[in-house]
Amino acid sequence: MIEERFDAIVIGAGPSGNAAAYTLATEGLKVLQIERGEYSGSKNVQGAILYADALEKIIPDFRDDAPLERHVIEQRIWTMDDSSHTGMHYRSDDFNEDRPNRYTILRAQFDKWFSSRVRQAGAILLCETTVTELVKDLQGKVIGVRTDRGGGPILADVVILAEGVNGLVGHRSGLRPEIAPDSVALAVKEMHFLPRETIEARFNITGNEGVVIEAMGTITKGMTGTGFLYTNEESISIGIGCIVSDFAESEVTPFELLEAFKNHPSIKPLLVGSECKEYAAHLIPEGGYKAIPQLVGDGWIVVGDAGQFVNAVHREGSNLAMTTGRIAAETVVSLHRRRIAMTRENLSAYEQGLAKTFVMKDLRKYRGIPALLHANKANFFGLYPQLISQAMQTWFRVDGVDKVSKEKAIFRSFRTGRTLGGLIGDAFRLVRAWR
Amino acid sequence: MSATARVEERLFQNRYLVDSGRPHIKIKPHDVPSRALLAMTRLCPVGCYSLSDSGQVEISADGCVECGTCRIVTQSTGELEWNYPRGGFGVLYKFG
Repeated sequence: MIEERFDAIVIGAGPSGNAAAYTLATEGLKVLQIERGEYSGSKNVQGAILYADALEKIIPDFRDDAPLERHVIEQRIWTMDDSSHTGMHYRSDDFNEDRPNRYTILRAQFDKWFSSRVRQAGAILLCETTVTELVKDLQGKVIGVRTDRGGGPILADVVILAEGVNGLVGHRSGLRPEIAPDSVALAVKEMHFLPRETIEARFNITGNEGVVIEAMGTITKGMTGTGFLYTNEESISIGIGCIVSDFAESEVTPFELLEAFKNHPSIKPLLVGSECKEYAAHLIPEGGYKAIPQLVGDGWIVVGDAGQFVNAVHREGSNLAMTTGRIAAETVVSLHRRRIAMTRENLSAYEQGLAKTFVMKDLRKYRGIPALLHANKANFFGLYPQLISQAMQTWFRVDGVDKVSKEKAIFRSFRTGRTLGGLIGDAFRLVRAWR
Repeated sequence: MSATARVEERLFQNRYLVDSGRPHIKIKPHDVPSRALLAMTRLCPVGCYSLSDSGQVEISADGCVECGTCRIVTQSTGELEWNYPRGGFGVLYKFG
């Protein structure tokens, strides 16, 4: 089939794989990219928000032809109980800038576009092909891959594993451990279509302005997780995700959880009259810094979700994926130019490069958060959202009760809900994990 | 958008290229399913898993969206033989 030898093989054509393949190809390396879907993006799912900065560092003029939906001018963060939400909204006309900072996208279309740029840059893309195993030499160095198309191995100096969260190749080749059920979330998502004028009226936006909502609270029925709603041009992406081990212990099905979220009184009016055209599910690596596996070895590098590069606190992932893909590729280019072998020791320049970026700095900063939230899920995803809602209702309902009594009632509800020691302890632990 | 909606109805909207006769996930023969495998009858986001009258867990992988949840949950029990569909087959997202 393909008998040539490549400078690099990239497994996967999502954001990290495309970033890597594009960077390698533009630097003149001979690149083969292998994707199991019919086209790049056909197997991929995300919320999805595109963070411009990470892509700009790879394709500065991406705004000229990338399929972007809306640029985000308003962020809503909601704490919800069963009948209410308490929101923090930030909206600014400053986000209506020449080069907007964040966009909503549809991954199937965006990935297809990114992939077309990768091919223009000179990489060879092989779709509908699943890599079945890595090929190693007698010393254990990875020297290529085998695919389900049969034939002999395809050889390369280095293999970049951009195979996503559920990547079997690296795991089955013993390069990284299996993901623990408590450090991965299962998210389900639907695409709801509405006329663009309806979306703009409903969310108080015009043109290509967009709104995103991130939500937490009793919507996850006591499980560690969050919901989201993003406005696209003519559709709304709505989804919810929880840690897999929580789901496994719960009686709630993911589909029912999404149905309940859609029917929440704060969400339902936003979706009225819409037509659902796709239902998707995907895993999200949420273990953070402590779950990052070994990233390099003799002849291989791991990037993107396969390397657990998701910042669960800030809901960032595709930008970490693209940045790790780019830096992995830059490492390979540098070694290739100097004719230095792709050994574990030499490829560790990738890890040193990552350490200087926001990717590792941010993940390191929040290294204690996943365990903290998971250990205290009943408080953070159940009790506190309820207490906040009750406090708001007490405060805003005008019913002849004097304000001092209202203040006392609010403090009393918090202290009976969690005890003063518990409240202070949670606040202390949260601050310590956040630092 | 009724509360009684079923996931099967939702899957009609999705595009699949089913590799007939070659299911990519198989359950190994068992008398009593583990707690983890049993959980998949609720946890699979597209409802691929069901319980037979005689108490075994069965799978129909046609609607599978390849998320991998069942693989992660049953990793320690070894009850599943899990592979991706052959290249090109399986779910084909239009929006993703």
